Amino acid sequence: MIKTENLTKKFEQITAVENLSLEIPEGEVFGFLGPNGAGKTTTVRMLTSLISPTQGSASVNGFTIGQQDIDIRRSVGLLTETPGMYDNLSAERNLDIYARLYEVQDPAGQVEKYLRFLGLWERRGDPAATFSKGMKQKLAIARALLHEPRTVFLDEPTAGLDPEAARLVRDFILEIKEQGRTIFICTHNLDEADRLCDRIGVFKTQLLVVDSPAQLRAQVFGRKVVFHLLNADEALADKLGSQPYVTEARLIDNKIVVTVDDPETHNPDLIRLLVAEGAQVQFVGELRRSLEDVYLQLVKNA
Amino acid sequence: MKKIQTIIRKEWSEVFKNRLVLFTVAFLPLILTAIPLGIIYATTTSADFASGAGDLPEQFNAMCPPEIAGGECFQVFMVSQFMIMFMIIPLAIPASISSYSIVGEKINRSLEPLLATPITTAELLVGKSLAAIIPALIATWAGFTIFIVGAWIMLSGSGIISSFLDGRWLVAIFVIGPLMALSAVAFSVIISSRVNDPRVAEQVSMIIILPVLAVFFGQLGGIIVLNIGFMIASAFVLAIVDGLLVYLAVRLFQRESILTRWK
Repeated sequence: MIKTENLTKKFEQITAVENLSLEIPEGEVFGFLGPNGAGKTTTVRMLTSLISPTQGSASVNGFTIGQQDIDIRRSVGLLTETPGMYDNLSAERNLDIYARLYEVQDPAGQVEKYLRFLGLWERRGDPAATFSKGMKQKLAIARALLHEPRTVFLDEPTAGLDPEAARLVRDFILEIKEQGRTIFICTHNLDEADRLCDRIGVFKTQLLVVDSPAQLRAQVFGRKVVFHLLNADEALADKLGSQPYVTEARLIDNKIVVTVDDPETHNPDLIRLLVAEGAQVQFVGELRRSLEDVYLQLVKNA
Repeated sequence: MKKIQTIIRKEWSEVFKNRLVLFTVAFLPLILTAIPLGIIYATTTSADFASGAGDLPEQFNAMCPPEIAGGECFQVFMVSQFMIMFMIIPLAIPASISSYSIVGEKINRSLEPLLATPITTAELLVGKSLAAIIPALIATWAGFTIFIVGAWIMLSGSGIISSFLDGRWLVAIFVIGPLMALSAVAFSVIISSRVNDPRVAEQVSMIIILPVLAVFFGQLGGIIVLNIGFMIASAFVLAIVDGLLVYLAVRLFQRESILTRWK
């Protein structure tokens, strides 16, 4: 569990993070989205007790930042933006060093477990320098999990990976989510955030909004239903638009796009109305705005 | 303590794969041990040397105990000149190792995941420092031992050996050596916080050998006399300098500084 209250970090005149108040329950996958320089990495560094906040307070896994820093670092795993492996050392040696620094009871066993889990066991003796970017990233993820942390911070986990490796990493994140760990992901990959995260926080020095991806879409753009008709016209669009629960109805080619708060409740009424007006309905579906649209809209307005 | 051991082992397995560091650690002590042994060999086997040794300047004789005079005293003087060069070992090796170890981590971007572990900054700094100091002291003491054994073989039966094992050199090797190694590490940490190339860090860190060269040339010019008093005074000054350098290094080697201010 992560809880912050008015968390602020200033570097001389520059405010990197301002009054961040956030609560992430145990077991949630939380996506932290924001443009470059928004303060995402600074936030992660504060939450992993690498740097101290200028103001405000935070606790991670029940430990207070600034007071129980060693306990926090012991209970969290961190995947940094770059893998940062020791290139001259073998994969196994790299992980063994970290297993010992994290005071893992059975370092060799844990190293083997994660090397096998991520499909690197056969290459365990090879220097990290010989690994592809994807393999290094997997090794870095293994490093972040060796000590079985309750909370995992992943900074751009799939950045620079080919689609196959990115998919493997995403599947792996879903696996560790199923183990009940709290996962905090900083990412620019909005599709990834959409697929992985229970909730998303859009951040630009300040937290702009926090909600589930679906609710964010609804908040920013409203929920839209598309009626594909054989005989769509302005009259039908006006008829739909006159309903009290419809915010907007627009005719686009042979479609009428209707903005409505609660499509599950009102769609049957709308379909009945269309049929009564002589409309020939081909398809009805929800217009899904991409998370990218939502994100760009929020950041643009910030 | 286990974490410090882990850091030391990590440093050695990482740093000693670097040929430049390996060269410094392996060859510098060999060369600097061979030079005074070569002088002993040359002066012992030279027929001209014994005949001309009676005209030694007064300051040469002042360096030697009463029982050592003439050609033997000249040998003591010559070896002493180069023995001071021997003191470069505890400076050069830690400077080289710690430059590669700290700047190497900066380049690899491996400091952040390392700092994210439950290791304290003190444990990390002590681990890195010991990883640089221990090989330096082993090399210095091993080189000194090889020199004494070699000199004893070449000068068997001569009283000169005792002058190589007098207070001056024991203070130099066993007190000043470790103090120098510590100052080299602290200086390297300070330099490493500002540069991004281990070779540059190493070259800049090597500035620290200048005081040793100054003593070498001061002795050659007759300005400095290497006696026990000078050695004890040097150890005292070095301890104060170490205190200052370590204070600065510790201030720089903080998690927040490393992650946000180190360039």
